[in-house]
Amino acid sequence: MTTDVIAKQDNGESPFARRSRPGETVIRGLLFICGAVSIATTAGILYELGKESLLFFQDDRVSLWGFLTTTVWQPQVGGFGIWPLILGTMLISIIAMLVAVPIGLLSAIYLSEYASQRVRSVLKPVLEVLVGIPTVVYGFFALTFMTPLLRGVFGTSTVGFFNVASAGIVVGILVVPLISSLSEDALAAVPDSLRQGAYALGASKLDVSVRVVVPAALSGIAAGFVVAMSRAVGETMVVTLAAGASPRNFSLGQDSLFGYILNPFGSAQAMTGYVAITANGDLSYNTVDYNSIFAIGLTLFFMTLGLNSLSRRFVKRFRQEYE
Amino acid sequence: MSVDAPERRLADRFPTDDEYQTLLDTRTRRARLFQMACLLALTVAVVALITLVYTIVNDSFGLVAVVNQNEPADVVADLGYDPAQVTLSELGYDELVGLLEATVSSGVGRRLEREQRFYPDRLVFEPDDSWVELCASEEPAVGCNSGPRDQANVLALVQERVIRPDIIATNQLVPSIFDPEGFEAAIAAGFEAGRFPDYELGQVGIEWRAWFNPTFLNTPSSATPEIAGIRTAILGSAWLVAITILFAVPVGVGAAIYLVEYARPSRFNEFIQTNIYNLAGVPSIIYGMLGLAILVRGLEPLTSGAIFTQGVPPSDNGRTILAAGVTLGLLTLPVVIISAQEALKAVPNSLRQAAMGLGATKWQTVRSQVIPVALPGVLTGAILAVARAIGETAPLILVGAASFITVDPTGPFSKFTALPIQIFQWTSFPQEEFRKIAAAASLALLILLLILNAAAVILRNRYARKA
Repeated sequence: MTTDVIAKQDNGESPFARRSRPGETVIRGLLFICGAVSIATTAGILYELGKESLLFFQDDRVSLWGFLTTTVWQPQVGGFGIWPLILGTMLISIIAMLVAVPIGLLSAIYLSEYASQRVRSVLKPVLEVLVGIPTVVYGFFALTFMTPLLRGVFGTSTVGFFNVASAGIVVGILVVPLISSLSEDALAAVPDSLRQGAYALGASKLDVSVRVVVPAALSGIAAGFVVAMSRAVGETMVVTLAAGASPRNFSLGQDSLFGYILNPFGSAQAMTGYVAITANGDLSYNTVDYNSIFAIGLTLFFMTLGLNSLSRRFVKRFRQEYE
Repeated sequence: MSVDAPERRLADRFPTDDEYQTLLDTRTRRARLFQMACLLALTVAVVALITLVYTIVNDSFGLVAVVNQNEPADVVADLGYDPAQVTLSELGYDELVGLLEATVSSGVGRRLEREQRFYPDRLVFEPDDSWVELCASEEPAVGCNSGPRDQANVLALVQERVIRPDIIATNQLVPSIFDPEGFEAAIAAGFEAGRFPDYELGQVGIEWRAWFNPTFLNTPSSATPEIAGIRTAILGSAWLVAITILFAVPVGVGAAIYLVEYARPSRFNEFIQTNIYNLAGVPSIIYGMLGLAILVRGLEPLTSGAIFTQGVPPSDNGRTILAAGVTLGLLTLPVVIISAQEALKAVPNSLRQAAMGLGATKWQTVRSQVIPVALPGVLTGAILAVARAIGETAPLILVGAASFITVDPTGPFSKFTALPIQIFQWTSFPQEEFRKIAAAASLALLILLLILNAAAVILRNRYARKA
């Protein structure tokens, strides 16, 4: 066999020299291009958001300073301060986290520390189904179930038809599975020796869960919280449908802080909601409206990028501890 | 355990039996309370899911109070049939068109014909010469270039224009089952209060209505909720998914193969990997902006199909299925890459070494050893990613899915609508009937996703058994 091959290559070259294989190189190149598409996507996002944002800030009515410091968003009359939209986004995300963190973390503790194998195999897929439901369906749910429920409980005079609380609670439900599955992974990764050590010292299950396992998994759990926060900030459909379409313009000092600015039962437009409402229908290019959605998109991009990098840092720290 | 320890002055002696028992009880009670709290949290999450499904099903079926402008039985009887034996849907195509011709005004008829004609060879409403003129003009009507309507389409038109059912009130499923009299009483009370000035109580029929039904699935959209359907939206979503798969799966799997099999640890490859994780966390609405700026606007000649045709482009701007499908493809790409990477990493290294040892080249190893083993995992990830793409709404709003389209999409350069867009639009209308069809469309979407997820689970299980 070997002699045959050597005979065939009787042209002075060593038969074991590295042969050039153009086919292999082409395939390697194609695969590399596939990998590079993701970089092109990021570059495209940054370039387009940056370019249109620049156009936005070049408009006579807009200034970067005013964008970052004023608290009225009313494009019709030249109010271009982003804070009312950030306020909407933050109110909704914070309500969502208030709902999702306790439910998600306690569910994860139950699944990881208490539940039997059988219960876990039933309940985990149920939580996974919650992730798969399209957000527009959650929006429908917010508008036809949560809003009437809140209005029924607190009274229609207190709770507006469009309100931040309904959107926030439903976004919270939507991110519960994110928190619970990431936290459960973190809890399950804590070495059993820690638990057994604590039990040997006479700790109860409660002590083991709360004082040993949860602190040991803390950075993994924190990563889950941050990912959920990032998801809540970027969530669009629930916010657009349930929270209303008018920005909550305010002036610090004049408006009552809890009666108006932070009121969960009033309407407020979030950043994503503004973008969706403005883009819905035929939006003409090169108008200040068109450019403004990119400026808001850029803000949103950096907010979520920051949160995601933070969460990956937590995950990395967690990995270093146990690997 | 410092917290449970007795107070400091007791520290130098052992607790008595009674004290010990009290401490133990407290400890047990606390532990039990905590366990209950955890279970409660989990229950809340499950109840939320059940409530969501309940809300949708509850709104998709129920009693309605309906007034027909023309009773279908009368219409059939007028044509000379026995209403007891022949229903409206059993009439022939020509009879249905005849009904339309006899009922609608010529203006409406011409508009309908311009949207889509009734016969390939003759015109019903529009005079021949003005039709020729219309089709030769700068902006030809849609009907000039598309095929004729079909039976289902004309039947829907007859329902809309001839029968003209008007639903004056709706009820949800659960009250409809347990308290049907309550609904009738509410209608009667409504008439007494003068809420329905156009009708008399005697005209009203109370009937069951499944808003989610086969006709609903197979009827194009309409401005009248009673007769609107989601066929256009389903077809639009199907086209989108096809383009998403064609784009995201080959590119995603290719990228994953590069990163797992070929890439040596280097700054640049590490950067690609980090970048993919970051992209997976970018909100979907930002992908929509990318699609709007680059695909719809920047590449308009391509996405409107203009570069493929001489003269009239298939679409007058870039807000087409192609642009939206590629946008969704970019959106799902990171998810496809990450799941494909997991699947490739799970392939045992011994397989690669054995192939290499036999003299296979890198690509031969990957193609005939690694990919076949990793395929079920790769496909599972791809199906889940596509399931996510079907439900995405925000990017479609940005790239300009039209909300009101009654013509089926015919290709990648068609204007389109999609299921989630339809749900979004209908949900944002204030009328009750639109809520009902939004619920029915949500139900259709959830069933579709259930099927896809089931397929993924089956694939995963089959894979797990083999490994």
